[in-house]
Amino acid sequence: MQMKDMMRWLLLAALLAGSRGALAVLTIEITQGMEGASPIAIVPFATPAGVTLPEDIAGIISANLRRSGRFAPLPEADLIARPREAGDVRFQDWRVLGVGDLVIGRVLQPAPGRYEVQFQLFDVFRSRQLTGYSIPARPEELRRVAHRISDLIYETLTGEPGAFDTRIAYVTAEQGAEGKRYALQVADSDGHNSRTVLRSPQPLMSPAWSSDGQQLAYVSFEGRKAAIYVQDVGTGARREVAAFDGINGAPAWSPDGGRLAVTLSRDGNPEIYVLHLADKRLQRLTNNAAIDTEPAWSPDGNHLVFTSDRGGAPQLYRMDSRGGSVERLSFEGNYNAGADYSADGKRLTLVHRDGRDYRIAVLELDSKRLRVLTDGSLDESPSFAPNGSMIIYATSAGGRGVLAAVSADGRFRQRLTLSGGDVREPAWSPVLRR
Amino acid sequence: MKQQMKMWSGLVLALGLVLALSACGTRGKAPLDATVEDRGSSAGGAAGTGTEALGVQDYGRLGMDALQDPASPLYQRVVYFEFDSSTLSEADQEILAAHAAFLAGHPELTVALEGHTDERGSREYNIGLGESRGQSVRRQLEFQGVRPDQIRVVSYGEERPAADGHDESAWRLNRRVELVYGGQ
Repeated sequence: MQMKDMMRWLLLAALLAGSRGALAVLTIEITQGMEGASPIAIVPFATPAGVTLPEDIAGIISANLRRSGRFAPLPEADLIARPREAGDVRFQDWRVLGVGDLVIGRVLQPAPGRYEVQFQLFDVFRSRQLTGYSIPARPEELRRVAHRISDLIYETLTGEPGAFDTRIAYVTAEQGAEGKRYALQVADSDGHNSRTVLRSPQPLMSPAWSSDGQQLAYVSFEGRKAAIYVQDVGTGARREVAAFDGINGAPAWSPDGGRLAVTLSRDGNPEIYVLHLADKRLQRLTNNAAIDTEPAWSPDGNHLVFTSDRGGAPQLYRMDSRGGSVERLSFEGNYNAGADYSADGKRLTLVHRDGRDYRIAVLELDSKRLRVLTDGSLDESPSFAPNGSMIIYATSAGGRGVLAAVSADGRFRQRLTLSGGDVREPAWSPVLRR
Repeated sequence: MKQQMKMWSGLVLALGLVLALSACGTRGKAPLDATVEDRGSSAGGAAGTGTEALGVQDYGRLGMDALQDPASPLYQRVVYFEFDSSTLSEADQEILAAHAAFLAGHPELTVALEGHTDERGSREYNIGLGESRGQSVRRQLEFQGVRPDQIRVVSYGEERPAADGHDESAWRLNRRVELVYGGQ
């Protein structure tokens, strides 16, 4: 990492660390899969005598790598040694355990309230260091540093970028004394650090991240009708951007951040429009007596995928970003809706009706092959991780709305449960910086 | 009370007749064309009884308290739909005919048509479906003389279920349009 990049990242971390509240935590439980995960040892990070860290860095890294489904971190009790420095590592000992990779680290405290987090990743079989960094951090930045280290380890070992230093936005609904209470929340990708960015007695819907991860667009019924808002996640400042008669829904940011694709029914029927945020200019893209909604931009900004029942039942279609060349994409079954693009633009994740059940599927755009990944009955709102490795979605468990994540190959699944109320409509943020 | 009941059933019958004569053109998404309206009025003339005019006028003359009278069709302010459908049932068209006459006779009143769906499938698609249901009701009301500016359609999709369960017994109660009168 370049020094300049690191500084920029730290500045950002400082800006974002501001407004965290004591709130219900999302707990994550792995519900399926672990076969084929690579054994890795993550040794607890050494600290100066008498210093207790506010966060367990090695524990956060272990949990992250385990949640990816790609790694099987050794339980702490099975660690045969706790080397602090590269010179302390005896590779032979770890080879015997069948551990392919080893992470060690230490936290220095150059001044009160300032830390220096150092880690090294070793290839045990080749007895050599693969990567290592030293990252300065304030106490409130330690979790984020642990996520960043997780990303560096993941990328070094898999060749693909990690998605641990990311966030998820989601909507919660809780039954209060005076009816339901809704909240839009943002949490780290591991469910920690959740904070409420908006509360309302009226429904909130469809959070969507801007491509720089700084802003959320969403739908709020706070005026007893739908309106689309854009809110800065860091400062909380927000503005209403669409409040036409009828539907104001399904906001989706263009990759350049300057436009929102939205669904409006101002002309009598749900149609897709592009709203230019700088001058509020509206451009109508669809013109069909059917329901046209749920636009999703291709990562290159050239196309929009959307849901339409113009063929009699909801299916996915693709058009160019000016509204021309409409092409149907989904053909399997009589219900395919709510698509989200993978960051490489090659796949869509969507809601597919499978018999009586609504499940999450992936559609390969080249082959048009559709693969069902989940086994729930009311699964919805799928959202790709920015590295395409996992899909987060909403499902139900025990009559409650919960979030779940599935690996893009369907082999690995986990559930994220909030301590109370329903959780729904997860949206995975893009990569936050770099 | 008994007499009142009789009056209601008479009105419902009369309105049913109007509907039977005119409903065929009112479904689907195609805009209503002039021939449908002509057929409605000429058929009314052919029937020659003036009963439809009487029905419409009578509902129009009723006061706001009719909305609170359990014996009145106006008391029914929810219509229900089949899965993924925005098509009105014949029974619902009768209820809506009463509301249309009432609104036509009270141009000072407004009504919000709140469209809802069951929880299955995609949330924003359901917003679209709720809107589509609301628009079906709007067309039915406008066709029977309600001014467009008296009507507002709001779709809540699956966000405000009437019943909280997760099976068909709850879902059928949630696939609905609620008529919410202004100033009620």
